[in-house]
Amino acid sequence: MSERIIEFRDALREAMSQEMHRDPRVFLLGEEVAQYDGAYKVSRGMLEEFGPRRIIDTPISESGFAGMAIGAAMLGLRPIVEFMSWSFSLVAADPILNNAPKMLYMSGGQFGCPIVIRGNDGAGGQLGSTHSWCVEGMFSNVPGLKMAIPAFPDDAKGMLATAIRDDDPVFFLESERLLAMKGHVPEGDHYVPFGKAVVRRPGTDVTLVSFGRPVHFCLDAAEELAKEGISCEVIDGRTIRPLDIDTIVESVRKTNGCVVVDQSWSFGSPGSEVAAQVHAHCFDDLDNHVMRVHSADVPTPYAANLEQEYLPNARRIAEAVRSSLYVA
Amino acid sequence: MSSVTDPAPPAASGGRPLAERTSATPAQLHEWLRQMLLIREFEVRTMQAYQDKKIGGFCHIYIGQEAVAVGCTAAVQHADPVVTAYRDHGHALARGMDPKYCMAEMFGRIGGCAKGKGGSMHMFDKPNNLFGGHGIVGAQTPLGAGLAFAKKYQDEVIEGGVNKHVTLCFLGDGALNQGGFYEAMNLASLFDIPVIFVVENNGYSMGTSIERGTSMSHRIIAKGEGCGIKGYEIEGMDVITVYEEMKKVADTARAESRPAMVDLRTYRFKGHSMSDPRKYRTRDEEEHWETGDPITRLRDAMIGGGLIDTDGFKALNKAQKVAVREAITWAENSPEPDLSELYTDVYVEKFGPYTGTSMPQIVTDAEESR
Repeated sequence: MSERIIEFRDALREAMSQEMHRDPRVFLLGEEVAQYDGAYKVSRGMLEEFGPRRIIDTPISESGFAGMAIGAAMLGLRPIVEFMSWSFSLVAADPILNNAPKMLYMSGGQFGCPIVIRGNDGAGGQLGSTHSWCVEGMFSNVPGLKMAIPAFPDDAKGMLATAIRDDDPVFFLESERLLAMKGHVPEGDHYVPFGKAVVRRPGTDVTLVSFGRPVHFCLDAAEELAKEGISCEVIDGRTIRPLDIDTIVESVRKTNGCVVVDQSWSFGSPGSEVAAQVHAHCFDDLDNHVMRVHSADVPTPYAANLEQEYLPNARRIAEAVRSSLYVA
Repeated sequence: MSSVTDPAPPAASGGRPLAERTSATPAQLHEWLRQMLLIREFEVRTMQAYQDKKIGGFCHIYIGQEAVAVGCTAAVQHADPVVTAYRDHGHALARGMDPKYCMAEMFGRIGGCAKGKGGSMHMFDKPNNLFGGHGIVGAQTPLGAGLAFAKKYQDEVIEGGVNKHVTLCFLGDGALNQGGFYEAMNLASLFDIPVIFVVENNGYSMGTSIERGTSMSHRIIAKGEGCGIKGYEIEGMDVITVYEEMKKVADTARAESRPAMVDLRTYRFKGHSMSDPRKYRTRDEEEHWETGDPITRLRDAMIGGGLIDTDGFKALNKAQKVAVREAITWAENSPEPDLSELYTDVYVEKFGPYTGTSMPQIVTDAEESR
């Protein structure tokens, strides 16, 4: 493991910077990415490094600049679009959902769309309902796009570098709550393949499956449950599309139990998809039905205590695990 | 000022000798006449095929607007990108798509330009730099800005030279009222993007006349001027006028690397789509515009200039009828896509049920003929 420890946000920047040095077709555009150094300082210093032709400040105009980037990708450039928040992607729904993931299909294979759209996703900052979107549930429904959601700084770098090199449109979901997280991040080239989940904590009694920030909630819950003698295996799915169902199934066949933890709403979500697939693959292996822990099925609240209760937090995960194991 | 209530005189610019009116060569004029006749015949046969249920879904006919697609594409170079909306058959043919690929696409056959996966509203032609055919009103306008941005980026940032390209982004007057268009214009102006927003102003967004749906309908280029974009009003029923004026607009946009907006006054002789009884406009209005038929105008101008005679015109028209008949036969003989095609072209990379991509015949034929 690398000796070097850096923040999640700097790992993201390293991936972009490295790929921009490698490939002149790669450029970054979005609100405040250049002169302001990024609303969350992810692109800090990149304007000086690459100049205004490749680090491009846009007006607040998500539909326009996302659509523009998609047009540029059709011609072979490889844009990185930063949405300050995925919550703002909703005004760009037509280009990002109707154009980017469908262009290859509708053109019969003639025009692909090698674009990365990245930004903050998820609640937790007391931003209220309009700014707290988890878009996993809504957007993972759409074929033609890939969806990556890193939980650790080394994956932030390795998965973003992979996303930029990918020939398909990648929706890259970052958590503002994780940007200051520090961790070992390899220097130089580092690529994490898509569709390869990773076991973050081995265990024997139940499999916890999650994506992005809630992986940390799972690890917290597993730590608590260990004190009660319950051994959880925690799987970080890393990408929702493609979904590494094989790693999940392998674990569930060992533990005979499964709790899916997903920060999107429960109805029609990655969590419900994983549960359905586990039921199909592991019907005879399960000692209980797959349980799911999601954000509460309400608009995101502002009040700190309500927001904490809203999230798929460690307490709610632990309760689901105990219930799954018929404990309590 | 041409609008649906006050149409332009049909032969407004037809009085002067041909040589004074255009810099185009006789060969160019012949080619435009051929293209317009091809589009006209193609659309007549498309309507028949639609009524015979050989074509499904939505289908929008270009008859009446031929001078716009033909004159505009003639005014740019082949390497310049073109993107348009859903009334796109004319643009595809004017760009050089073989009518057989266009017809087969509407027939839902593997020989279609998009292997039957796009349909009437989604014509794509990589060898001819046509980037669709887009079904959502106005959706192609940010894409058009992006295509022009990419060409400029390739010319200047990657190649280290100066911008050499201009992009044609067609839209209907109905798209003037979509928010994305204003975002696209603002970005194009801010970033000096050489894209021309060509408004094919046929006076109606579906059944809503421009006066009923669009503010400043008497002077829509004001909308571009609000973004600092130069606007041009061009009479769109005469291909020579379209070409001469668009040539200046395109050359300026290319040289200055600046966007432009064009209000091209035209008229669709048929309904919005195949299911439109056209109750929102009068027969008198339609007849008035039909007297300014762009094909008749070019034919008469060429006959007057001694560039073609009646027999020559008939022969040219007959050749297009033959070409379209052949296209229909070819499309009918093209197989339906294999069911395995359902799962291709979803991702470039293969995974899960998705099996990667293969190029359509339109691309492989173009590569072979190179």
